[in-house]
Amino acid sequence: MDLSISLTVNGVRRDVALDNPRVTLLDLLRERLDLTGTKKGCDRGQCGACTILLDGRRINSCLALAISHDGADILTIEGLAQGEELHPVQAAFIAHDGFQCGFCTPGQIMSAVGLIREGQAGDDPERVREAMSGNLCRCGAYAGITEAVLEAQKTLADAGRRDAA
Amino acid sequence: MKARAFSYVCPATVAEALDAFAAAGSEASFIAGGQSLVPALALRLQAPECLVDIGRIAELRGISQDGEWLRLGALTRHVEVHDHPLIAACAPLLALAAPFVAHPAIRNRGTLGGSIALADPASEFPAMMLAVAAEMEIAGPAGRRRVPATDFFQDLYQTAIEPGELLVAIHIPVARPGHRCAFDEFARRRGDYAIVGCGVMLALPADVVNEARIAFLSVGSTPLRARAAEAALNGRPLDAAAIRDAQAALASDLDPADDEQVPAAMRLHLARVLLGRLLGKIAAAA
Ligand SMILES: Cc1cc2nc3c(=O)[nH]c(=O)nc-3n(C[C@H](O)[C@H](O)[C@H](O)COP(=O)(O)OP(=O)(O)OC[C@H]3O[C@@H](n4cnc5c(N)ncnc54)[C@H](O)[C@@H]3O)c2cc1C
Ligand code: FES
Ligand code: FES
Repeated sequence: MDLSISLTVNGVRRDVALDNPRVTLLDLLRERLDLTGTKKGCDRGQCGACTILLDGRRINSCLALAISHDGADILTIEGLAQGEELHPVQAAFIAHDGFQCGFCTPGQIMSAVGLIREGQAGDDPERVREAMSGNLCRCGAYAGITEAVLEAQKTLADAGRRDAA
Repeated sequence: MKARAFSYVCPATVAEALDAFAAAGSEASFIAGGQSLVPALALRLQAPECLVDIGRIAELRGISQDGEWLRLGALTRHVEVHDHPLIAACAPLLALAAPFVAHPAIRNRGTLGGSIALADPASEFPAMMLAVAAEMEIAGPAGRRRVPATDFFQDLYQTAIEPGELLVAIHIPVARPGHRCAFDEFARRRGDYAIVGCGVMLALPADVVNEARIAFLSVGSTPLRARAAEAALNGRPLDAAAIRDAQAALASDLDPADDEQVPAAMRLHLARVLLGRLLGKIAAAA
């Protein structure tokens, strides 16, 4: 069995020979590529701590076998900031106290980035809560998370309009 | 816990996939979006020796209309069911149900074919196959056949798909302009499996109900059609009396069991409330 795959992770091409086809993208990121920002909460799709973007869309990396994703383009929490400059979603989470212990935060932020790209929540907090429903927070920082997503969405939309002008 | 070790193949065509499964014997399993199978592997609820990944088979993709029929490839993702203009136009009930299936990240990977092949009685799409009168196209070593939804769901997690057969596509009669539909469910939290859910599709030519199809999820070991409730509506105007009769008829259609979520009587009550709301909504919009 040929178990080698290549992925683009945060803009960098990574060629990996898997030990085994049962390796999930989550375990590959954390254990093989030393990208431990992506968290393992439940390992069964129920908490969202492992959310990453796969070809531009949010997924739970614990539910994806790495071997199925040869050629994929992956963005993790480590790939969001531009050097010292935080991504607008990261900055908004800090500004709105969108976390307490921080364990769920990388997943929340990646899910929020995916949600904003989907462009379907508008400025309705209820729609944002619904669209973030797959990301649990044991600390209950939901109020701040919703505010942060709404603000980041506005910041990105304003920046998009400035770029277009 | 880690999944038990397995071998892996990723065929490019339906024929190759069927061959790969046959070669592996009864210990093989197909994998599509993996949103149900990967957790089942991790929990060792399933431990196949070989995974046949159907994710790269081109024939299993695509959404297209051919005259009176809409064809949805088995690999159509939940998110496409939600967003695709052809589904909004030709099978709007599926688009209405899609936001209730799991959470957005799972909808980005999970496939319609996977959901229907798994046939979880608490799942939205299998039940909606009954309401839209879908036909499932199945490919196996002996050839291909199409099975109507009413014959497809046979028992708990049991469908007309035999081991080693592949669900290729779902065919749905295109909704006509006079068709109305509605979907809703009760769940404890958004994204959870429903305590009870219901989809309704009917035609209202000259303000008289025709071809009513009412399907429930989470009320038994398979998705269920409420035929007595349908009969209570057909041939009548969609008024308060007809809606009340349809709600009452559910007592003979549904026989839910008690479970850890709610007692049977409450489930039947919620089913009636849901049906009343959905029919009321259709009547108000007509
Ligand atoms: C946290 C969580 C919440 C969820 N909530 C809901 C919910 O509210 N409602 C809901 O409906 N679902 C829910 N799901 C399940 C989800 O919808 C799954 O995506 C879907 O049931 C399976 O689709 P899949 O493509 O991921 O299938 P897989 O996981 O790849 O496969 C599932 C099964 O179907 C078989 N199979 C897949 N495709 C085919 C095919 N073409 N032919 C023959 N056999 C096939 C596989 O062998 C396997 O046995 C949830 C899942 C999770 C993890
Ligand atoms: S670790 Fe993936 S959803 Fe919880
Ligand atoms: S901040 Fe602690 S779990 Fe969310």
